[in-house]
Amino acid sequence: MTNPQHIGGIRGFFARLGGIDRRWIFLAMGLSIAIPILLKLRFPEYPGPMAKATFDAVEKVPEGSTVLLSFDYDPASAAELQPMASALVHHCASRKLKIVFMALWPLGKQQADRTIDTVLKPFHPEYREGIDYAQLGFQAGNEGVIKVMATNLPKQYPNDADGKAIGDIPLLKDTKDLGAFKLVASISAGYPGAKEWVQYGNGAMPDAFEVVSGSTGVQVGQLLPYYPKQMEGLLVAVKGAAEYEMLVEAKYPAADPEVIGQGRVRMGPQLVAHLLMIALIVLGNIAMIAGRPRGGAR
Amino acid sequence: MLQRTIPIAILCLSGAIMVGAYFISSAQSWGETVTTWFNILAAVAFVLGAGNLIAMNLEKISSQRPGWGYAAITLVSFAFMLVVGLLKLGAVPNDKHPDIHLAGSYDTPASPFGWMYEYVMSPLTATMFALLAFYVASAAFRAFRAKNTESILLLGTAFIVLLAQTAAGMFLTGWIPEDSAFAFLRLDKIKAGIIEHVQTAGMRAIMIGIALGIAAMSLRLILGIDRSYLSKN
Repeated sequence: MTNPQHIGGIRGFFARLGGIDRRWIFLAMGLSIAIPILLKLRFPEYPGPMAKATFDAVEKVPEGSTVLLSFDYDPASAAELQPMASALVHHCASRKLKIVFMALWPLGKQQADRTIDTVLKPFHPEYREGIDYAQLGFQAGNEGVIKVMATNLPKQYPNDADGKAIGDIPLLKDTKDLGAFKLVASISAGYPGAKEWVQYGNGAMPDAFEVVSGSTGVQVGQLLPYYPKQMEGLLVAVKGAAEYEMLVEAKYPAADPEVIGQGRVRMGPQLVAHLLMIALIVLGNIAMIAGRPRGGAR
Repeated sequence: MLQRTIPIAILCLSGAIMVGAYFISSAQSWGETVTTWFNILAAVAFVLGAGNLIAMNLEKISSQRPGWGYAAITLVSFAFMLVVGLLKLGAVPNDKHPDIHLAGSYDTPASPFGWMYEYVMSPLTATMFALLAFYVASAAFRAFRAKNTESILLLGTAFIVLLAQTAAGMFLTGWIPEDSAFAFLRLDKIKAGIIEHVQTAGMRAIMIGIALGIAAMSLRLILGIDRSYLSKN
């Protein structure tokens, strides 16, 4: 590699660019995220087949049926997953479905609580705890929790998150196993999560309920083999959330579109950050080519 | 002798029951019991993990190893969360006991536990995750180079997915009608093709390999052939 300082002209400029202080890159990335957030940039989104399939899966559930929402993530992934969790809860409540919340991740319960407080209670004040929705909370055991729930739910969850006996909760008193739910939705950031719900939940009773999932972008590769046969719907990262929000918002407008619109808000910074990444990769390659000795070996 | 025999016996028995419970419906309740025990052990593992965290950080502080200050912060934070969590301290006055401070619900953002979760832990973990964007950008600039055919393929795929994952994909190629002969040039279609035919196929192959590996490993464990999980002592 030729010393970039010894190359003149535009070629030298690009060659020297390869040694740029990485703090400039950090600054560029910071600005590319901060500016769209501050300017509230929004771009049009077009619902894809996966978002439509998820929407249709919820629409298919008969009114008054019970669905299970498993919050299998923590605050680290909330930026990516919370928008779809909010939209899903709003969608289920708008369809007048009974909702049972639970978590396979220790901090998933808090994320579910946050969704109840920011979406369910303000937009659907008619929902009463214990009758229209219940919070089972977190249980340790990963896929073991799902396995026991598949055959004997009260054995795994004798009480709800507040310690109330499951037999005293009208919504759950007759619930024997996972077959009581028409739909299981896992908002999943990894293990244990959506994959385990397909393998141990749907695998144990394939005809009893459908599984849909919202997943982080990095994890989606592991879930794609299950879609669309074993997993009826799949929301992929913030884009999936934005597309799903559009479908939900079009049919069931929320009282506050800012809450059921966070996916679309986050697509602005994502677009600019992705364009910056492409620009950085192109610049890095130009710098590499410019730094090569002319006519020499690579 | 018993230190090795009993764990092997428990593992063989548990494994055999789980396999049997899958195929024999009358043995399903046995499998349920074994899984419940597994879940209880998983909960106990949290206590073990906490003990390990305390021991490791105490050792780091006592030997004044580099970064021992962080270990002290970890232990103080851990102790604080443990105390407010176990004692279920509430901040909001309780309607039934208006004169007793900290008698309100512990399960709200206003309680010490809720406050620490909402305003300390949640932003800290989100910040740690968000830092990834900066390091990925820096790494992409320095390491993502088109040096050979494989890396060019990888670069091309990355560009397509990066563009198609945002509104830029539709802006650039959304004008091509979906029912035209050139619809395959739309970035969303190319991305879907990459995901459905390349990524999923690769993922299936990996998953089948993992599943076969797990089955083989499980059999070795159940039959007592593999004893690597036992202590050498």
